[in-house]
Amino acid sequence: MKGMSLIVRTITTVMIGFIFVYGIYIILHGHLTPGGGFAGGVIVAGAFILRILAFGSEPGGEKKSEIRASIFESVGALLFIGIALAGMVVAGTFFLNFLPKGIAFNLYSAGIIPFCNIAIGIKVGAGLFSIFLALAAVKYVVKD
Amino acid sequence: MIELYLFLVFMIVAAIIATEIKDLLAAVISLGAVGFSVAIMFILVQAPDLAIVQIVVEVLTIVIFVAVIFRTTHIDETIGKKLAGSHIFSIVTFSFFALLFIIAIINALHEIPAFGNATMRVASEYIRLGLPGAGGANLVADVILDFRALDTLGEATVLFTSVIGVAALIRSVGRTK
Repeated sequence: MKGMSLIVRTITTVMIGFIFVYGIYIILHGHLTPGGGFAGGVIVAGAFILRILAFGSEPGGEKKSEIRASIFESVGALLFIGIALAGMVVAGTFFLNFLPKGIAFNLYSAGIIPFCNIAIGIKVGAGLFSIFLALAAVKYVVKD
Repeated sequence: MIELYLFLVFMIVAAIIATEIKDLLAAVISLGAVGFSVAIMFILVQAPDLAIVQIVVEVLTIVIFVAVIFRTTHIDETIGKKLAGSHIFSIVTFSFFALLFIIAIINALHEIPAFGNATMRVASEYIRLGLPGAGGANLVADVILDFRALDTLGEATVLFTSVIGVAALIRSVGRTK
């Protein structure tokens, strides 16, 4: 995939870090402010997609990145189910909120909810990015 | 309340433009107008969580659409052509069933409570128990990740399945024939 013009690449260099950090912030503060794992994961995926669109990628590079993104997506899904099964191990209930609740409005509060948000954020971000890579890496083979 | 109706009319007009215009880039921009109107309506009815998700998903969708259009073609050649006979038959059939559906919907609408006055039998319990029960300050996170976490697991499974489906459909291996 080819990259874009110098203006786009310069703006991307400046902005991409802020977009990425904002996505992480939305994920980590999901239990306190609007947002959460899904919205933050999409923003993180958007940062990666912006990088691919602006700078392009070498031939065959999409395939390697797609495999890596698939691994991350599976890790996120397993993490989410692992948190659910941990509740089953601790007290016998699927998705039990077994961690201490902490003080409300603190970053370390709400038991398992922040960890679920992190797992969903990894899963959604890597999943959407791998969908984009699969679409970008399609070879248009025309046979006649 | 009146601004919701204004946005609704705007969305209907933009959706009709998106299906009828010949330039695909303009159609994608009309589609974006529909999506961002939905986001503004979510903000107007005080649902910032949904508004954030709607905005980021809409941006991502438009970016993918524009990337595809720049790599393929701008012009939709099917618009403006004369309809074939079979098309007219399917349009008539569709209109008939749409009319039936609308009559059923109008009858069903008398049963549901008015806008803004939901009965909230279960939801009032969620609101009462949200902060003491789950501990999260954001009530939406409490509901989707504590009270109804099993639903969220199903939703995550849907996304996982769709990713697997996309990867299986358009992988390059096995597509040589």
